[in-house]
Amino acid sequence: MGEKLLEIKDYSVRFTTDKVISRAVNHVDLSLEKGEVLGLVGETGAGKTTTALSVMGLLPKYAVETEGEIFFHGEKLTGMKEKQYRNIRGKHISMIFQDPMTSLNPVFRVGDQIADVIKIHNPKMGQHEVNEKVDEILTMVGIAPERKLEYPHQFSGGMKQRVMIAIAIACNPELLIADEPTTALDVTIQAQVIKMMRNLQKELGSSVILITHDLGIVANFCDKVAIMYAGEIVESGTLEDIFDKSRSHHPYTEGLFASLPNITEKTDRLVPIKGLTPHPSELPEGCKFHPRCPKCTEICTKGENPRRCRKGSHMVQCHLFEEGKGYE
Amino acid sequence: MSEQNVLLECVNLKKYFNTPRGVLHAVDDVSFRLEAGKTLGVVGESGCGKSTLGRTILRLLPATEGQIIFNGEDITHLPDKEMLRLRKEMQIVFQDPFSSLDPKMTVSQIIEEPLKIHKLYQDKSARLERVSELMETVGLDDRYVNTYPHELDGGRRQRIGIARAIALNPKFIVCDEPVSALDVSIQAQILNLMMDLKDEFGLTYIFITHDLSVVKHISDNILVLYLGKMVEMTSSDRLFENPLHPYTKALLSAIPIPDISYKGKEAQVMKGEVTSPIDPPEGCRFAARCPLATDKCRSQTPSFVEVEKDHFVACHHAAEQ
Repeated sequence: MGEKLLEIKDYSVRFTTDKVISRAVNHVDLSLEKGEVLGLVGETGAGKTTTALSVMGLLPKYAVETEGEIFFHGEKLTGMKEKQYRNIRGKHISMIFQDPMTSLNPVFRVGDQIADVIKIHNPKMGQHEVNEKVDEILTMVGIAPERKLEYPHQFSGGMKQRVMIAIAIACNPELLIADEPTTALDVTIQAQVIKMMRNLQKELGSSVILITHDLGIVANFCDKVAIMYAGEIVESGTLEDIFDKSRSHHPYTEGLFASLPNITEKTDRLVPIKGLTPHPSELPEGCKFHPRCPKCTEICTKGENPRRCRKGSHMVQCHLFEEGKGYE
Repeated sequence: MSEQNVLLECVNLKKYFNTPRGVLHAVDDVSFRLEAGKTLGVVGESGCGKSTLGRTILRLLPATEGQIIFNGEDITHLPDKEMLRLRKEMQIVFQDPFSSLDPKMTVSQIIEEPLKIHKLYQDKSARLERVSELMETVGLDDRYVNTYPHELDGGRRQRIGIARAIALNPKFIVCDEPVSALDVSIQAQILNLMMDLKDEFGLTYIFITHDLSVVKHISDNILVLYLGKMVEMTSSDRLFENPLHPYTKALLSAIPIPDISYKGKEAQVMKGEVTSPIDPPEGCRFAARCPLATDKCRSQTPSFVEVEKDHFVACHHAAEQ
């Protein structure tokens, strides 16, 4: 067992708007050790980004209610004063946002945007040293240091994403949250960025939470996986726990895999999950997945959430599982 | 391939755009034949000209050079009035179900519009009957008839786009990245729907996508484009079994496979990025990123040749492999 870096305990987020209550994140438990890479998988609206923003302390201050606690290095992040949070955000925890095209400031030079982060967290560092550090980081992400004088529009999508990564790793953060870092990129560029992130992760020893909907990237990059559905983690475990097809899985996980066109084998017909993801303001009773679940029984439609069943590192939240066993 | 079965043929099709910085070669010398009832997948990265190709074939953009032959008729320079007749036969499903539907029209108005334009039904009730029939075909519940697109999710919106495209019983549909804006579970629903419609109505598709696993699933033949040029074309199975062009190989190895037995196998990561399509120099357009590039590649444009039966490649080194 390594050192616990991040712990999310029974954490929920509710957004309230015009009498509608959206339950975006519900009773999430997650923990991450030093140097681990966690893949947070789910479809649009599953609550992945809201969870990430909670760790960053970037949820809007209005219309939001949260419950539960988040610890970083044993220090409680939830309810922390903004002034104190600013010392952590960007320095110890940083985030790579989804869309590199809109996340960079178009009117500042790329080098200055990286230097900003360094200066804020190292106020005593001299300009010369900051410049050197910027060059070093740009080299690390595979951009020629001369390009620091250019503006974001002069960079291609893949290169912009590298700049975003450079900003995020500028202070050697212990935890890096990457929110769909390659979704906006072409496959060959995606392969370059993923390879680079993996090398950087090994070099810096950072822990990473990779938010994605692409199970292929998870299989290539992560150590642990958590599958989110309707704001809950329905299944989690090591990469082997989740990707081992001989084991039983949560019906949603099975549905996700069956929906993917297979590139290695010939499949005639995909098996989609029927129906749609429920809106967080209209979550069904019982198991949130039951209206779409092919294995739904009566017990699933009523009452509380199913219990979480664990076997070693593998957790499944489903009525069809019993403690320590697979399907009944 | 028998001549009668060819529904669509492109002969040396070119589409250039004049830009302040020079001539942009979006589609450069593309030729292929598409048999009725088959699906041609067109694959490539952003900016390779796949959408421009689709739009040029439908005459939504005028071709710069070359010919488009649809059902034995050269439509390249057909006047707009006559094109209207053919629009019934050829339709398009757009990529983004959020911007390709008019936000001020209801679902039924959107699906009804092509029926009105082509004056297919005399009275409104017959038209609306057809609309509800179409909605049923694409799996849209009747209660959405009077809703607006913004009230619906991406999957349902894409179903509207599909209903609109099949409203006139076309023979041929260009599907321009119809599933890339959707979540995987919804993507599978839409892909299945499109395959069912194809069987039911005997449709012919050009399926444009950047997602190779999707294209493998749905296509009979695949055309790989790089910077407007045809790079490789063959049957879907053969392309995945035996890719010959270095670009195709790199594309295939870049796909992350959701299977941990592939973990650790270093993908062949291609260096560099797509070069500019503006006034491209002589030579292979892929040469700058190609691991096999020689001086010949940089000076001579490789021709698109059949290296084995129905397997075409544009590479100077294809024969060596």
